[in-house]
Amino acid sequence: MTKANPLLKPKKLDRATLISIVIICLVYVLAFVLEQVMPASSMLFTVLKKGATYALVAVSMNLLNGFTGLFSLGQAGFMLIGAYTYAIFTIPVASRLSVYQYYNGGLIQFSLPVVIAIVLAGVFAAFFAFLIGLPVLRLKSDYLAIATLGFAEIIRAIFQWDKIGFLTNGSNLLRLFPTFNDFNIRNANGDVVLYLSTLVPFVITGVCVAFVMLLINSSFGRAFKAIRDDETAAEAMGINLARHKMLAFCTSSFFAGVGGAMLAMYANSVQAKSFTTAMTYEVLLMVVIGGIGSVTGSVLSSFVFVACSEWWLRFLDQEQVINGWKVPLLRNGFRLVVFSLIIMAVVLFFRQGIMGSKELPDLFRKRHKLAGKGGAKS
Amino acid sequence: MFSTVLPYLLSGISVGGQYALIAIGYTMVYGILRLINFAHGDVFMVAGILMVYITASGAPLYVAIPLVLVMTAVIGFAIERVAYKPLRSAPRMSIMISAIGVSYTLQNLVLYITGGLNQFYPSIPFISETITIGGASTRMVTIVTPILTLVLVILLVLLINHTKIGMAMRAVSKDFETSRLMGIKINSVISVTFVIGSFLAAVGSVLYFTNYTTVIQTSGNMPGLKAFVAAVFGGIGSVPGAVVGAFIIGICENLLKGLDTILIKAGWSTSMFGFTTFSDAFTFALLIIILIVKPTGLFGEKQTEKV
Repeated sequence: MTKANPLLKPKKLDRATLISIVIICLVYVLAFVLEQVMPASSMLFTVLKKGATYALVAVSMNLLNGFTGLFSLGQAGFMLIGAYTYAIFTIPVASRLSVYQYYNGGLIQFSLPVVIAIVLAGVFAAFFAFLIGLPVLRLKSDYLAIATLGFAEIIRAIFQWDKIGFLTNGSNLLRLFPTFNDFNIRNANGDVVLYLSTLVPFVITGVCVAFVMLLINSSFGRAFKAIRDDETAAEAMGINLARHKMLAFCTSSFFAGVGGAMLAMYANSVQAKSFTTAMTYEVLLMVVIGGIGSVTGSVLSSFVFVACSEWWLRFLDQEQVINGWKVPLLRNGFRLVVFSLIIMAVVLFFRQGIMGSKELPDLFRKRHKLAGKGGAKS
Repeated sequence: MFSTVLPYLLSGISVGGQYALIAIGYTMVYGILRLINFAHGDVFMVAGILMVYITASGAPLYVAIPLVLVMTAVIGFAIERVAYKPLRSAPRMSIMISAIGVSYTLQNLVLYITGGLNQFYPSIPFISETITIGGASTRMVTIVTPILTLVLVILLVLLINHTKIGMAMRAVSKDFETSRLMGIKINSVISVTFVIGSFLAAVGSVLYFTNYTTVIQTSGNMPGLKAFVAAVFGGIGSVPGAVVGAFIIGICENLLKGLDTILIKAGWSTSMFGFTTFSDAFTFALLIIILIVKPTGLFGEKQTEKV
């Protein structure tokens, strides 16, 4: 008496999925309500906005590294393309002369609506990924890693080249484009009547992550996992390796590009210099902490990662005096040392990360004790 | 024409030698563990920082330099024991992630210790001196680097080919499991590899930072990546390959830096193209071309993928 394979059963919304959906909705409502009642300068919102941005990038990286088994380190490069695309197309025409002050206002003399620019950011990143993927995806594991890392560096160099400064503004900042704060609805006096600056990144990330989830649970997703587990076997089963790898690579880059656009909106300015390899490494560490192969884990760990590095561990950077005893070691930069040691501990001893390869609904399925530990999944 | 090219060529050879010393560490570790040791560039940087702090504490150079070399070797050994050894049976991706974690940790540690400020590298009397070769003024280090690199490489090749530990290294890089069955102590072989790699990186750092004079926590990134490219270019796993690759990359990169000036002086061009921007990108373009055309590199052995 074997149980029917759950994969073959027609999909039904079971209890666990419903609970997950309710939790996710609650998180959104909470984010919306908190933003209306708490002061906008609170550190919480910085963390939530940046966390949502990185959550998307981490999920996009997980799609590639965790689900398809392609160890790519080009995420920062695709974020850069996304961020620049968004910025270039949304700077208001009136501000172009002051932004492109060394290039006579630049080449492009129109600006697109934000939503279109975000989509374009993803499309451009995916297009570049397609071009890069043609030669690079033939490479295996660590060679692929180093080649994609190399491409990210090349992209960074090209965007700083002053010969194409009319587009990219050379090595100067791009700024004055719409940011998250511009989503707040203001009245005639300029006072904010409805805060949306946190909800908007949550919504963008939510839509994108939902799409990734659908992709992973589709036949494409199963093909990705088959490629990850055994390339030769997958090929023997009739999976077109080149096509599926390319699809995963381009999809991942699309969302990395959207994430880049969100990072631009978060940071208020874009400069190619800041999209370093270290940025890719940070995203990779988020994926590892969350659990390679778990979208929920990536999202959770992005928020935790950002919260730790921006907020919760801040106290380690200041000198503390407890009952007249000066705590040793605490000074600028100590936070990062502690943080990296924690990461090393996770990498070495908790290789499963927060979630392993489980998703949010899985928490409510087998053991009910775990229920209530759901947490934020945007 | 030649006098315009010469200074760039000289600094290319010098930088190439420094990359070569780092590249050996990558290539040896990869040969044995099949691991890109992302932390190697940071070990190189830490050697630079150690030098700054040791000389600042008043130690004379003849004490400081050997001390730096030994301490860097110990750090390399410790990194392997702490971060890579526990993961020996784990998938390759885990070890690579651990290497990235070590790199992140070392950078943050140095950031904490130095406060994120540029540290000035002490000038070393003999090799910091300025000399003139064929009308081009340069530092003594430019001459010393290639010579020292070649001497060290020859010694290393002798060690690998003619000693017992060298034989063990070759055996391990050929077949990890079988050499273990043959009674080779894998762990000590791997440790020796890391010690040699870190030692050479430390020598490289003394030469490199004499040229560039400042050290900061991110100083190791670029030289590390380029040295890795050199190792791949020469055929990863091959020591002579890494050295040849490193010299080629060093020279090409520096010629590219000077290409604008060279072209203008030769009368072939009248405006600056801004090739300098691409001196870093060039290295990676080279990497991608070599990976596609000849993935085993110049001197690499053909390897068949085992299922």
